[in-house]
Amino acid sequence: MAIKPAEIKKLASLSRLVVDDKTITDVTDRLSSVLALVDQLQSAQTESIDVSRPFHIAQRLREDEITESNKIDELQATAPEIYNGFFAVPKMID
Amino acid sequence: MHNFTLAELINGLRSNKFSSVELTQHFLNRIKELNGDYNAIITTTASQALESAISADQRLANGNAPEMCGIPILHKDIFCTNGVRTSCGSKMLDNFIPPYNATVVENFENDGAVMLGKTNMDEFAMGSSNETSFYGPVHNPWALDCVPGGSSGGSAAAISARLAPGATATDTGGSIRQPAALCGISGLKPTYGRVSRWGMIAFASSLDQAGPMARTAEDCAILLNAMASFDEKDSTSVNEPIPNYRSKLDNPINGLKIGIPREYFSEGLHSGTEQAVRNSLVELQNLGAKLIDIKLPSSHLSVPAYYVIAPAEASANLSRFDGVKYGYRCKEPKDLEDLYRRSRSEGFGEEVQRRIMIGTYCLSAGYYDAYYGKAQQVRKLIQQDFSDAFKSVDLIMGPTCPSPAFKFGAKGNDPVAMYLEDIYTIATNLAGLPGMSIPCGQVDGKPVGLQIIGNYFNEERILNVAHQFQQSTDWHNHMPSELA
Repeated sequence: MAIKPAEIKKLASLSRLVVDDKTITDVTDRLSSVLALVDQLQSAQTESIDVSRPFHIAQRLREDEITESNKIDELQATAPEIYNGFFAVPKMID
Repeated sequence: MHNFTLAELINGLRSNKFSSVELTQHFLNRIKELNGDYNAIITTTASQALESAISADQRLANGNAPEMCGIPILHKDIFCTNGVRTSCGSKMLDNFIPPYNATVVENFENDGAVMLGKTNMDEFAMGSSNETSFYGPVHNPWALDCVPGGSSGGSAAAISARLAPGATATDTGGSIRQPAALCGISGLKPTYGRVSRWGMIAFASSLDQAGPMARTAEDCAILLNAMASFDEKDSTSVNEPIPNYRSKLDNPINGLKIGIPREYFSEGLHSGTEQAVRNSLVELQNLGAKLIDIKLPSSHLSVPAYYVIAPAEASANLSRFDGVKYGYRCKEPKDLEDLYRRSRSEGFGEEVQRRIMIGTYCLSAGYYDAYYGKAQQVRKLIQQDFSDAFKSVDLIMGPTCPSPAFKFGAKGNDPVAMYLEDIYTIATNLAGLPGMSIPCGQVDGKPVGLQIIGNYFNEERILNVAHQFQQSTDWHNHMPSELA
């Protein structure tokens, strides 16, 4: 399926990415060629294939117990910005 | 020392021919001297390695040390390493220092293995040439103007160049087997669930699997013995008994039934690659194996199915990289939306962004059933093909990839041409099966890989046959002419 530049803009927004006007033609062309590849799937006869259970193995579950200790300092050591023990982001509400 | 196999190094340490400190220093010197030619290693952990080697020597002197104790190895930079940068080949994680070890790394540490450093890779393991790495491309030791394959190209090139005797790697669509083939080494992708994925940065969670790379099948068996474990922290880790993967290496292969899928010898396969693979199959026949023609009729759909499922899972997995909790953050974001979008666009490379957008498209309203639903159904057809084939054969063999190593930039403008590099490897990931590549010949002085695919949890059989092949051939001992 060919994709249009306007759809690329929407897709970039949904993906939380930026596609600028300089590259949009290239991005559109390359994405279209990948979608042409995956369109080959439509030729497959799959009407009778049930994928509600894709694997024969059951999901392993565990008890709902706390297993981790509080590692807030370790985990926040690599954060771009911390404020009073919280991850900080730009102001959202005036 | 760098020309010894890993198995020979284990014997050398135990017979006091050299110490782990001497061995480690030898490989560190070699990395310092040669890595500039290959760019195979992103981070070297010299002082930490020497400390580990001192401990390993003490442990070896005390007796009863595990096999891997004192052996220097490299980890692909996709495995989290406590206190050591783990970049996944991306600007997004250029500053990321994990506060914990991946289970695979922990398993090697517990055994006393020595980490020399972290290897280069395609960004977030998305690529078949190592050209998408933020740290620049890896050069193939067999031809410096050619790619080493990907995504585990750094691990493959490092072993090929004798910068380490073994390395960890990961395989989502061929990322262990294809670079192993292009660099003339051995690489095994185990059954999905055999090796823990915990602490391994996720690309496509239903396909990702860690495995070993080394020069020989025997060395891969030794590494897999250390890597494989049941891990409660990975919900897809399978609690199946783990054999000693070395124990059956010497079994004869008389009567082995090898399935040869006609679809793997079709248009697009380089004639020299085909000849090398067919010659190796004759060699296996001479060892007593029987070749049986088989069909994998849905093979042609494996690349299209993969390029829906893998990007769909990647678009979800990579949503965690948002410039808030860790990783790259753009300068002076004007609001939260701007922070998310610019951090991701500036932090991710072109191929990663393309796959995120493909995945988002395939999962979006109106397209989900036509793409994602359909791809999952095709995945089941591919699984069924293998399941039918394994009713009549023990293993399946064919080429690992369509041609030998290609030049940098040769497929740069055409993502689909690059994606077809993995045409013979992707189906095993979709089915969750184990697969291996071993060197089986050369074309124009560049290595060719033979792919061996087994049934679920049949790694022992794959390794046995690969080892027997390597006992009667010497392709695994060939080395790049510059190093000879």
